[in-house]
Amino acid sequence: MTRDKPLIEAVGVEKRFGGYTALKGCSMAVAPGETVVLIGPSGSGKSTFLRCINLLEPPDSGSILFKGKEVGRDFASAVRLRREIGMVFQNFELFQHLDAAENIMLAPMKVLGLSRHDAHDIALGLLAKVRIRDKADSYPDELSGGQQQRVAIARALAMKPAVMLYDEPTSALDPEMIREVLDVMADLSAEGMTSVVVTHEMGFAKRAADRIVFMEAGEIVETRASADFFGGAVGARARQFLDQILH
Amino acid sequence: MSFQLVLDYLVSPAFFHGALITLLLTVTALVFGIVAGLVIALLQEARFAPLRGLALVYVWLFRGTPVLFQIIFIYNVLPGFGIRLSAFLSAVIALSLNEGAYMAEILRSGLRAVTRGQRTAALALGLTRGGVMRHIVLPQAMRIVLPPIGNQMIGMLKTSALVSVVAVEELLLVANQTASANFRYFEALSAAGIYYLALSTIFMAGQAWLERTLDPKRSRARKQRRTGLKALIPTVDIR
Repeated sequence: MTRDKPLIEAVGVEKRFGGYTALKGCSMAVAPGETVVLIGPSGSGKSTFLRCINLLEPPDSGSILFKGKEVGRDFASAVRLRREIGMVFQNFELFQHLDAAENIMLAPMKVLGLSRHDAHDIALGLLAKVRIRDKADSYPDELSGGQQQRVAIARALAMKPAVMLYDEPTSALDPEMIREVLDVMADLSAEGMTSVVVTHEMGFAKRAADRIVFMEAGEIVETRASADFFGGAVGARARQFLDQILH
Repeated sequence: MSFQLVLDYLVSPAFFHGALITLLLTVTALVFGIVAGLVIALLQEARFAPLRGLALVYVWLFRGTPVLFQIIFIYNVLPGFGIRLSAFLSAVIALSLNEGAYMAEILRSGLRAVTRGQRTAALALGLTRGGVMRHIVLPQAMRIVLPPIGNQMIGMLKTSALVSVVAVEELLLVANQTASANFRYFEALSAAGIYYLALSTIFMAGQAWLERTLDPKRSRARKQRRTGLKALIPTVDIR
């Protein structure tokens, strides 16, 4: 694949929580249209790294570059960056007081200043895209986990983000619902949505990832093109981890 | 026993005025109580430990002593320090400060009930901290705190009768004074009781209305009814 200039880049990101060092200088560059899958044992810092990328967790040192420009440390810069980056969470985090369409409409209306009418059109379009157009009027507690997560994906897409971050998007789902969410994500990747995905779903990684990044104990241990990785070009520690999750 | 007299009392200026004072006391004490409660609730969440300590002392003090004691204390002790307040003002201050301690706990539970994950999700969408508060936290917290606040409203209506000890001309004092003049206790107290019930009925209806308004699923039903109606009415192009 073509190595364009990175769309988003993390350089030497360190993060400490009290005396515990969660990230020990992690660097990663993601090219436009690329899908990167982050794997690694729990507690290896994958989710923290993802949250540092959109500055939900401010790094203690290191920097985030968006379209080649370093993002400032102030809150306003972080807010501007987050408007360009969509994020999907393990527990969906839909706003409980809003129905599916309103969940999607909130940010376009309150952040971008779109009219209710325009935002509603966007919401219905995105709900069709994630294949639950008929659930526009349903509240989160009336939806299955898989449906909620698809609404959450649509909610993130409504801001027309340049990058999507997924933080273990299927870990809280019943097995029969994992597929419907992964299908939507794979379709987006195939359409060229730049994505960083933390997941244990190796089937998805094989299908949609351009690159696999393996993390352990707060460090990026190895980075491989997906084809190489699944072709068996894997270091000893990554191999051990794979053997564990694939039983 | 004279029902005519009950009726006379009900429409008499003295009783009406008493009920008005009771209503005024209740509403102002509630409003200031909510403000005090919000301040204390936010102090309880503060990062700076002495502020949390301050909030703790406040709640301990005002929840730990009788409200009657607080009313008498403010009215009788503050003048000794050169602060001279009218009976009504003393009463409002005492009731508000007391209410604040309870409201703080109610408001805090409401704010806490909106999970961190929801705030994070809103931040991730590019909302500012203020936007998260306004669009995500407060609308959800309001629905949670409404029933306990309704409870406090009714409670305050009745608690306000205590301020008769500092001679505020509220409903119960008026009734008691009227009765002691002619010993027609049944009539005077019945009239006061009817006023109390009428006021608490209004509060209950107001609470029920607010709860319905804030319930998203009911507002959806309303939305659908409206669009349903629109479908029935032939559209007229007014351009």
